Amino acid sequence: MKKINRRSFLKGGLAGTAVVAGTAVSKESSASQSFGGYPDSMGVLVDFTKCVGCRSCEAACNKEQGLPAPDKPFDDMSVYDEIQHNGQKRRTSEKAYTIVNRYKVKDREAGPVFRKFQCNHCNEPACLTSCFVNAYTKTKEGAVIYDPTVCVGCRTCMIACPFYVPAYSYSSPINPVIKKCIMCYDTRLKFGRPPACVEACPQEVMTFGKRKDLIKIGNARIRSNPDKYIDHIYGEKEVGGTAWMYLSDVPFDQIGFNTHIGEQPIISYVKEFLTIVPMVLTIWPALFTGFHLLANRKEALKNEKPSGKE
Amino acid sequence: MNNLAKNGFSPVVSHQKKDGTTWTVKEKILLGLTPKDYLAQQFKNPFNWILAVIYAIGLPIIIGRFIYGLGWVTHSSYDYPWGLFLGFGLFTMVPLSASGFMMGTTVELFGRKDFKPIERLGLLNGLLGYLFAVVFLQIDLGQPWRLIYPMFVSLGPAAILFLVAWHVATYLSCQVAELVPAFAEWMGLPRAKKFIKSMVLGLTVAGIILSTLHQGALGGLFTYAPGKVHPLWYSSPFMWFHFFCSAIFAGLSMLIVVSTFCKWFMRWRCDQTFLKSLDRLTLGLSKGAALALATYLVIKIIAIAHDNDWSYIFTGWGQWFILEISVGVILPLVLYTMALRNGSPALARTSAFIAVGGIVLNRLNTALITFNWDLYQEIPHWREMVIVVTVYATYIVVYRAILARMPILFSWKEKPDQ
Repeated sequence: MKKINRRSFLKGGLAGTAVVAGTAVSKESSASQSFGGYPDSMGVLVDFTKCVGCRSCEAACNKEQGLPAPDKPFDDMSVYDEIQHNGQKRRTSEKAYTIVNRYKVKDREAGPVFRKFQCNHCNEPACLTSCFVNAYTKTKEGAVIYDPTVCVGCRTCMIACPFYVPAYSYSSPINPVIKKCIMCYDTRLKFGRPPACVEACPQEVMTFGKRKDLIKIGNARIRSNPDKYIDHIYGEKEVGGTAWMYLSDVPFDQIGFNTHIGEQPIISYVKEFLTIVPMVLTIWPALFTGFHLLANRKEALKNEKPSGKE
Repeated sequence: MNNLAKNGFSPVVSHQKKDGTTWTVKEKILLGLTPKDYLAQQFKNPFNWILAVIYAIGLPIIIGRFIYGLGWVTHSSYDYPWGLFLGFGLFTMVPLSASGFMMGTTVELFGRKDFKPIERLGLLNGLLGYLFAVVFLQIDLGQPWRLIYPMFVSLGPAAILFLVAWHVATYLSCQVAELVPAFAEWMGLPRAKKFIKSMVLGLTVAGIILSTLHQGALGGLFTYAPGKVHPLWYSSPFMWFHFFCSAIFAGLSMLIVVSTFCKWFMRWRCDQTFLKSLDRLTLGLSKGAALALATYLVIKIIAIAHDNDWSYIFTGWGQWFILEISVGVILPLVLYTMALRNGSPALARTSAFIAVGGIVLNRLNTALITFNWDLYQEIPHWREMVIVVTVYATYIVVYRAILARMPILFSWKEKPDQ
């Protein structure tokens, strides 16, 4: 089976010796041009025009993942008025892997937009590439899962995630770990079933399917209703593509999406540094030993005369 | 101790006492004083009272961090996962400790033996800075007892932090080895010293490689966060070089600062070779720092041009950036240059203090202040600040204890009155 991704190439490139470094780097750069996710990976298409903000998905997630009881019950809609101490809307936390936020939009007949938010399960996840203990895995089904038993707690993945998704259980002194949506991998996705939130939605906001099919469905919806939808599937190309993708009838930047995020996966910004690593490792020893010989040439010449020794 | 030295006290400089008998290890640790005199000396020092206050507040909080978890000492922010422990402890302590590899390179590799009197201070400054950066890291990590996981349990070699972990670990051992001669002289172990001498060039070259890569890698870590770090502080291709190049003048400036403190507060421990050559060496270090500052300034501007970030210059963040560059880079560059032209070590020292401040500002700007620049600002929890002060105080205590004992600021002698 073809199971080659950027990670394994980089592993080869870095773990290999100077001799293989050259070939590994060239392979890695060709992989980066072609790797756009596993061919049959699954995804979810979210259509915000259908969401009414009932929070059923939040409740379903809480139950499926065995998360602690929320501060306010899931039928309490006053959470939409909550503003956190930092002036931000609610976000994913150690107690909630998915949340819905309300965005008031001017002149929208249907009223405010409700936006569901959870891990987007990137094709080339920044969290995965930044993890120095390899705690993250992108499964062939499309989920980005996490192994809490090896996590050291450096929290670089939280720095790296362009969507601010991973949360951390700071409150635990003994076993603090990353808390994030795993697309119900263990209990559902692995067996081909949709995540709990998708199944729980009464409005059929979310469509579960193969990622490549979802892109076709999304485009068809936009084409059949061009006046309604914004002509963009958010997540099709953002940061190298994500498993979760979104359709909206208002511009994405008005409902809390980062539209300046670019289409490059995060690892492509890091590669500029990774490229110099093998160069420094191979060139510096010879270069600086050379400097040493140059700087001490007079002494060497002095000592050379009788025996030819250094 | 300076007062004591004025009254005729002479510290341990050799294995032998003046009357020909040898110092015991215990006597060496007590600086050649009787236990009673030693304690009296410690109580007389006002700085120790400040330390006592810091520990009285700080130690319980550090213990609390491990009992109640990180959530008790920080704001538990998901948006600012790295606070002062890394922003200051790792990202600032490491560049300020670049002096180790700089001095190793100057003396051992380029053969500038005239820098010998300050070489060991540079090496010690490097070792302790790294050691305490790791202490800060251990306080910050969620599960510090898993520190060796990236090395032996679960390897993620494609991650930049993997490189940092390995390099800092290797480099720490490298620096310990480089300082073995000082320890060996003090304890009277000539074979250990000889062994290290035989591989000093290898150690030095390893030090350069490891330093280039991990100083750069600390900058590289932020390339994971395009859009989070403000564009003026962020540059995908140049980030590593910004961090590496600034580490050079940071390390040299820190060495000038530390040597100045030694001259002021530990004069009794410095020998004449050190004191007499210090002004000349300070100017020598200034020359290196000025060159690095000039390089850094140019590459900073090139990075802005390369990423076409000019439009940000005219925003509020741009003014903050200009302030950082003016005070933290251009001002020390000008002062160092003036100091070199006028041969004024005092001016060079002033400049070094400013340059160190500039580095602290730059690293905090990158890691905390401009991080999430379009989200919101977060001011660290007061307990977090107390822990930082306490750990830094410990760094000073350990630093001072080693300087007072091992031959760092003085040369070890065969006989006390040589």
